[in-house]
Amino acid sequence: MLRFILRRLVQLVPILLGLSILLFAWLRALPGGPAQAALGERATPEAIARYNELFGLDQPLYVQYFRFLGRAVQLDFGSSAQTGRPVTTEFLERMPGTIELTLFAMVFAIGVGIPLGYLAARKHGSWLDSTSVIGSLLGVAIPVFFLAYLLRLLFAVQLGWLPGSGRQDVRMDATRITNFYVLDGLLTREWDAAWDAVLHLVLPAIALGTIPLAIIVRITRASVLDVVNEDYVRTANAKGLATRTVRRRHILRNALLPVSTTIGLQTGLLLSGAVLTETVFAFGGVGSALRDAIFTRDFAVLQGFILLLAVVYVLVNLLVDISYGLLDPRVRVR
Amino acid sequence: MSAPTRPRPGDARRTRIDELAARAGQVPEGEGGVSLTKSAFRRLRRNPVAILGAVIVVVFLVVAAFAPFLAPRDPLAQTLLSEIRPNSIPGAQEGFPLGVDNLGRDLLSRLVYGSRQSLLIGVVSTVLGVIVGMALGVLAGAFGGWVDTVVMRFVDILLSIPSLLMAISISVLLGQNQYALMIAIAVTQIPVFARLLRGSMLVQRSSDYALAARALGVRKSRIVFGHVLPNSLSPVIVQTTLSLATAIIEAAALSFLGLGDPDLARPEWGAMLANAQAFLSIRPELAVYPALCIIVVALGFTLLGESLREALDPKFRR
Repeated sequence: MLRFILRRLVQLVPILLGLSILLFAWLRALPGGPAQAALGERATPEAIARYNELFGLDQPLYVQYFRFLGRAVQLDFGSSAQTGRPVTTEFLERMPGTIELTLFAMVFAIGVGIPLGYLAARKHGSWLDSTSVIGSLLGVAIPVFFLAYLLRLLFAVQLGWLPGSGRQDVRMDATRITNFYVLDGLLTREWDAAWDAVLHLVLPAIALGTIPLAIIVRITRASVLDVVNEDYVRTANAKGLATRTVRRRHILRNALLPVSTTIGLQTGLLLSGAVLTETVFAFGGVGSALRDAIFTRDFAVLQGFILLLAVVYVLVNLLVDISYGLLDPRVRVR
Repeated sequence: MSAPTRPRPGDARRTRIDELAARAGQVPEGEGGVSLTKSAFRRLRRNPVAILGAVIVVVFLVVAAFAPFLAPRDPLAQTLLSEIRPNSIPGAQEGFPLGVDNLGRDLLSRLVYGSRQSLLIGVVSTVLGVIVGMALGVLAGAFGGWVDTVVMRFVDILLSIPSLLMAISISVLLGQNQYALMIAIAVTQIPVFARLLRGSMLVQRSSDYALAARALGVRKSRIVFGHVLPNSLSPVIVQTTLSLATAIIEAAALSFLGLGDPDLARPEWGAMLANAQAFLSIRPELAVYPALCIIVVALGFTLLGESLREALDPKFRR
């Protein structure tokens, strides 16, 4: 198993290198080039020339690339043109929020999706089945940010049940340790702070989790329906095993293999959705910062965040592959 | 030549695309003697879901094609301006079936005209993605060897960037116009099509008829374009239909992020929806109608695509 993990880690290298080349080329191709990206749109030609000399942008491209790579390996992506703070610091401060949101969204999608898909398959052809099929199709077709707005309008603005923006009440004077607000609250035993952070996560997590929920319901249902007709299920029933045992040990366990692949795929895709959801709820994670960077054309932030997010995405996929290897021994030897 | 056997990162996603690809061109049991297209069409016609999807798509196409005749008013004309207040926008009334937007433009007419732009963005970006993706796929699938390795590594790198982030990077690079939007969405589709087609071509290449053709001394280009490629297309057709839905939704997302088409003369559902967010508490209908249009059309393409998959896929022969 360790060799399997190591091999996967080594295989990441070419992908990350390719990514860095793409993003290096991207910054060169921007209108005005990297100098303007760093200094902002109103930089004078003299300032740009000085910047180019200072950072060796008058050197041949391959020299520039290796410098860029050297700095990227040290996670140095320059500073934001808006706030003047290092891009990496900003990213590390904001990422915990996005991770929390993604985790909550996934817990919602899995917690609701698997039971619902399973029930739909067991009651094949019933109203529950057709409702969940229609719902899962709708869930994919609805634009995430529109759903987010609807939820916010209904539950935060109209009914006032849940907070509609931010990660925590600003009046809450919570201690920060890890920047995972829920975790911080638990670690410092500030229960009210943790609970407040959880409440702030509910609506964004539901909005973000809807697409994976729809897909998980659909895959679970299809895969349970597939497994139910397998010979080993008939055998298990024929030899007189209790229905509950058959369902749990034979049907559910085998049916969940394709579901786990889907869950992995969706976790990565949630990063995209987070950009939209966080914007609607002014959530203060990586996503809303990215959207601000788009509006202000803060290229240093855009480049750094996109590269770092892509790395996170690749790592999430790696974790998914490893966990899949744990679940299904056949994957390891392939 | 053959698919790489060593596991690599991101295998889960690749495996899924490859599984779809592997099912290409297999004739379902009990349908011998009838061409795949014919048997698929036969099953499509019996499937109510497919018919619903097709009806939605056809209505959408008709509305887009005949927008000038269907729209009751000029989508750009600003009327009822005197009735617009900071906290109220006139709703449905005589001559304005759905009311007007915040600039006094007839909502229904804008929705009707908006279908053109959504269709254009969806079709152009998908076609672009399909063409480039297929070219890469054919290159990899037909030549194999190092060409395959190089092309597929490139595709893997593209797949390793979440699609919305990719679209954002490209839109920022190309500036804000409708062509940038189309190209950005197209690029996110390229890797999927490339991988899908390459996978299904690999399966077809090792099939008996390809071997027979090679044994007969048929030219390689003829085998690839005359035999292997046509038989590898069914997963691509399915994915194209599904991609039309994704493209329309993704265009809306990019509009929402401020990367949409800045030309106000072209009403577009995504931009209308994004714009309406500011007036959500005053008149939610301004957001709800364009959103409904997007949802219904995306649903139509998805239903059609899913039933096409069932019809073309031997696994669903029931």
